[in-house]
Amino acid sequence: MRNRFKVMVVDLSREKSTVEYFDTRNTWLGGSGLSAGLFSHYALMDEDPFHPDQPLILAIGPLTGYFPLMSKTVLGFMSPYNGQYAESHAGGRSALALKFAGYDALVLKGRARKLICVGLGSKEVHVQDVHFLKGMDIFKTGKKMRTMKPRNPGHRSILRIGPAGENLVRYSCINVDTYRHFGRMGGGTVMGIKNIKGIILSGDSHMDLDPELRKEYTKVYDEIYTQVVQSGTMRKYHDLGTPENLIPLNELHALPWRNLQSTHDPGVEAISGETFARDLLLRQVACAGCPVGCIHIGLLRERFGKEHEYLYRQVSYDYEPIFGVGSMLGVASGPGVLTLLEDVEKLGLDAISAGVALAWATEALEKGLITKDQTLAPLEFGNVQAYQEGLRHIAEQPNKFYQTLAMGTMVAAEKFGGEDFACVLGQEMAGYATGENYYVSQALGLRHSHLDTGAYSFDQEKDSKDTGEAISFMQDQEDYRVLMCSMVGCLFARKVYPKNNLLKALNSVGYSFNEHELDAVVKNIKAHRWALKFRTGFKPEEVKIPSRYLEVQTWKGKADPDYMNRLKKEYAQVLREMAENWQKEMEAEK
Amino acid sequence: MKVLRTPHMERCIGCYSCSLACARSVYKSLSWKRAGIQIRSSGGISTGFEAGVCLACDPAPCAAACPTDALRQRKGGGVIFREKLCINCGECAKACPVDAIYFDPEWSTPVLCIHCGRCVSFCPHDCLEMMDVSKEKKNAE
Repeated sequence: MRNRFKVMVVDLSREKSTVEYFDTRNTWLGGSGLSAGLFSHYALMDEDPFHPDQPLILAIGPLTGYFPLMSKTVLGFMSPYNGQYAESHAGGRSALALKFAGYDALVLKGRARKLICVGLGSKEVHVQDVHFLKGMDIFKTGKKMRTMKPRNPGHRSILRIGPAGENLVRYSCINVDTYRHFGRMGGGTVMGIKNIKGIILSGDSHMDLDPELRKEYTKVYDEIYTQVVQSGTMRKYHDLGTPENLIPLNELHALPWRNLQSTHDPGVEAISGETFARDLLLRQVACAGCPVGCIHIGLLRERFGKEHEYLYRQVSYDYEPIFGVGSMLGVASGPGVLTLLEDVEKLGLDAISAGVALAWATEALEKGLITKDQTLAPLEFGNVQAYQEGLRHIAEQPNKFYQTLAMGTMVAAEKFGGEDFACVLGQEMAGYATGENYYVSQALGLRHSHLDTGAYSFDQEKDSKDTGEAISFMQDQEDYRVLMCSMVGCLFARKVYPKNNLLKALNSVGYSFNEHELDAVVKNIKAHRWALKFRTGFKPEEVKIPSRYLEVQTWKGKADPDYMNRLKKEYAQVLREMAENWQKEMEAEK
Repeated sequence: MKVLRTPHMERCIGCYSCSLACARSVYKSLSWKRAGIQIRSSGGISTGFEAGVCLACDPAPCAAACPTDALRQRKGGGVIFREKLCINCGECAKACPVDAIYFDPEWSTPVLCIHCGRCVSFCPHDCLEMMDVSKEKKNAE
């Protein structure tokens, strides 16, 4: 085990790169912790996200490649969506490619003069002029990038942005290897700001296994691998995949429909995991290093000529994108959902945010707050063609309305009205209308993600209105998730990797943590991340939870505004104290 | 004598568990490349995956090309590598007609499938099989 983190820092303004080392392996761990550490080191805290020298960080962890499902990469950046420190996670081949390129992290800073593509391998780093890819969609860009350096087919990862990222839509994603994404908080926008069209990571080197540790490592690997493939805990992710949640959430009255005007609709059958699997599933693929294969690819057959002329598209689908452009837009048709997802992919938008933005715009149009002269497309729930136009307009921003909507749904609502039904909880909501705990958790979460604390499951498991119990659940979940995301493991593998398995895995590759020590490291990383979020402008007290969340009916009835406000206030206090205490400790250490 | 075959690659999900198992257990490494079985997509993940692996030639062109008998014909197909005899010339990798030998730049020795079958159990979709060569021949007849 190397003692120091090895980080490649590419300065795009100078077109020079440097390898830097950080002797912080036991305190930053990797992934989320490493990203926070590097952000502290490289970010300009008092500048905005558009400053060219803000870093874009890709970080992997100590278990990357060593164990199954340790297949994720953490992206750390100052979000152009809200100006705050943000993380987004993706898999594909990115994590193993970076590992086998020989680096723990890649930091991109500065701004290229022209559109460029960065290539990184174990013995090479390239900044390649790709001005000819300007405006090109995600799929064509991916195909062109395959001819670029480093050439290492099958053993590299290709990250790229589409027109949305180039045009600085604040919720642009970074596409990873066609079917995965750094989806949320505008990672793609940061690439656009820096004039980076793509990044190629080439995994062309090797690590020799330590002869002293090899036996134990192989033993632990075999135990964990057996659990993954034989215990059945991962089966659901491969079988129907995450869309298996559509029917249960709909039955619970917790699936947002038509801009959260409803939480239930009989039309769910048409977009359920079961329907997709039966009628549209082409095959499943996997992230590198994960034998589960949860990536579901749907086949969209499309007639393009009067005679029997067809083309086909392969579109990945998951629960969240089906919610985003399906139920949220009233599109109750599998092919309709895939059609919209294909466009979302090509443009390089975040499927959740783009869907929620159009859902708000549809209701605003219905209510007469905006006009068709502004929306250009005749947005109406269920109208796939109109939403195709709407998606293109978000990416291209042909008028003031779309320029505003491209800044975020709440920005548009503040300008045009309709804040009460803008489904934004820190960022556009994920697909869980499960209750107060979830609403507060996403609104105040570090990533404003359903994955921060998993509070949607607390809503389903508990019916208490005890703020202390809720906060304790969210904090415990966050502790574990910070640990997992520092390794960097897939959060689907939570059952395979309880903390003691992570400890065993870490120690089998040369660490020597006991549980108490590991807990302390995780607490520190967690507080550090919050300190960064507060330092970059997070004011939880000012985060709004729109009144739509109080109007909507779930299986529990309507949300309780008193409980929700108390929870939000108390949770904000916990987070603020954690961040401030960390800051004080750091200052005292200095 | 059994050899490794890849009869069901159309089921492959691209998880690389086979390559990683070979690297780990045969080549004592953590690697995508230092493995006797290499998974590649041809033109992106949307086109599916193929396995780059020794086809167990008999006679093996790589053994014929080896000037020092470091690679010798394995009974039933494929080759046996003896590192002590290797002069690191790389002729074997050039001679392989299906590009199944990775010539490790650090070790300067060939990395290839030894038909041990240790990767097979790590494939979650039964893409790989150890097959009896004599039965294979009979079936072909």
